[in-house]
Amino acid sequence: MINVKNLSKNYGPVKAVKSIDFEINDGEIVGFLGPNGAGKSTTLKMLTGYLAPTSGSVTINNMDILEEELEIQKSIGYLPELNPIYPEMIVYDYLQFIGSIRNIKGKQFSQALGRVIEQCGLKGVLHRHIGNCSKGYKQRIGLAASMIHDPKILILDEPVTGLDPNQIVEIRELIKGLGREKLVLISSHILQEIQATVDRIIIINNGKIVADGTSEDLISNSQGSTTLSMELVNATKESLEEMKAVVPSVNLKSFSKGKDSSIAKLEYPLENDPRKDIFTYGVEKGWIILEMATTKSNLEDIFRKLTVSEVADA
Amino acid sequence: MPNVRSIYIKELRSYFNSPMAYIFLVVFAVVNGYFFTNTFFLINQSDMRALFNITPLVYLFFIPAVSMSLVAREKNLGTIELINTLPIKTHEFVLGKYLASVTLIVAGLGITLVHLFTLMKVGTNIDYGAAICGYFGLALVGAVYASAGTFASSVTDNQVVAFIIAVFIVIVFWLLDKMLIFVPVGLAGFVQFMSVDYHFTNLSRGVIDSRNLIYFASVIGFFLFLTTKNMEVKKWK
Repeated sequence: MINVKNLSKNYGPVKAVKSIDFEINDGEIVGFLGPNGAGKSTTLKMLTGYLAPTSGSVTINNMDILEEELEIQKSIGYLPELNPIYPEMIVYDYLQFIGSIRNIKGKQFSQALGRVIEQCGLKGVLHRHIGNCSKGYKQRIGLAASMIHDPKILILDEPVTGLDPNQIVEIRELIKGLGREKLVLISSHILQEIQATVDRIIIINNGKIVADGTSEDLISNSQGSTTLSMELVNATKESLEEMKAVVPSVNLKSFSKGKDSSIAKLEYPLENDPRKDIFTYGVEKGWIILEMATTKSNLEDIFRKLTVSEVADA
Repeated sequence: MPNVRSIYIKELRSYFNSPMAYIFLVVFAVVNGYFFTNTFFLINQSDMRALFNITPLVYLFFIPAVSMSLVAREKNLGTIELINTLPIKTHEFVLGKYLASVTLIVAGLGITLVHLFTLMKVGTNIDYGAAICGYFGLALVGAVYASAGTFASSVTDNQVVAFIIAVFIVIVFWLLDKMLIFVPVGLAGFVQFMSVDYHFTNLSRGVIDSRNLIYFASVIGFFLFLTTKNMEVKKWK
């Protein structure tokens, strides 16, 4: 369990993290989302004991990070941002080194090694120099090193950055498989990368948490809207504008007249569905409706809205 | 202690998995060998003085080269974050790294034992005590310089900068007893006592004095302590 209270970090005059609070329970897979420079990595660095908080506290499994750092580090697997790794080392030696520090030796080590080779797909590269491996393999080696002691808590800082779409899917599957018994915290600045993997999303911007919940929660809390795009014949801009009197929840966003037909974009709140009324109104006005298509505002829009507006405020 | 061993083995492996260790050992042996044989037959005395005079000079540039990568490279690669988030205490990390560099230096000294065999072949009436003490002293001087180099390596993430800082510190320690004429009389004793060469000269004459040993141990301890603290303080910045 991770418990963060009033956590702040200043780098000199720069306030990277401003008094954030959150709690993550065992078994949860949580996405830590924010644009570059939002304070994600700084927060993760404080969770893992690499940086000390300026104020506030981090409690992991009921231990304070400043008092029992070593004990906490024993139960955490951490993959730092950009996956730092020793290029001159052989993959096997590297895993053995991490294993020996994690106090995994002999038979225990060969078992653990077998497990991470299986989980991370490292079979072909075990006796290669890390520097000669492809980026995807390097990432998996980093991941294997962070999981060799089968940690209860896994913290991954942008684990899929720079990977190709197939590799992203593989790592996503891997993480999904782990999550059933572990607490996994994944950071990313790209929503799609983690949306499919995580149970819960924490969005951070400018050092503050701006949203926290499941993706459904976030969508319903954000007063999202549905956009209805219609292709019409015989419709005028005036008739669309006048529709507001009959169907009050609808706003006209745009109208463009083509050669044979025109395209109108309408917007209405998520909880409403006034399409029937729009259709009836259209029939009255003599429109010929060629197409009606809806798009719901998704997490991406919400993410952008939350993170962009905050910048404007600051 | 098992962590010190893990770091130590990893560091030795990384020395020997790259050309670094081999280049160091070969060039160190060649340079020492050249200066030793240059004067050895001219002096025509059955001792190792020729080597013991030159090696501390060769150290001035070779040891900073060995130690420059110790911490600076970890910082440069970013692996320091990995290390600092593993359950290792900072002093274990520093000690493991430091011991690996000392091991490489002692291995370099080991190669120069070949000159001792030359002496045994051609010399008469050899003072083995002095030779052994001298080697012991050389190892200690190397250990002192390596500790200074470890500290220099911890203040930057640039290996070249680490090298230059280490050369500077090491030269100061080496020069101290050569500048005594510029030092006020009251301070001369102290400055002389701070100098590495002063203590090494005693050892290479075959005298093992606890004062010299305490000097070496405290300088090493001082620099390793500074390195540890310097690394720990980063966390709070």
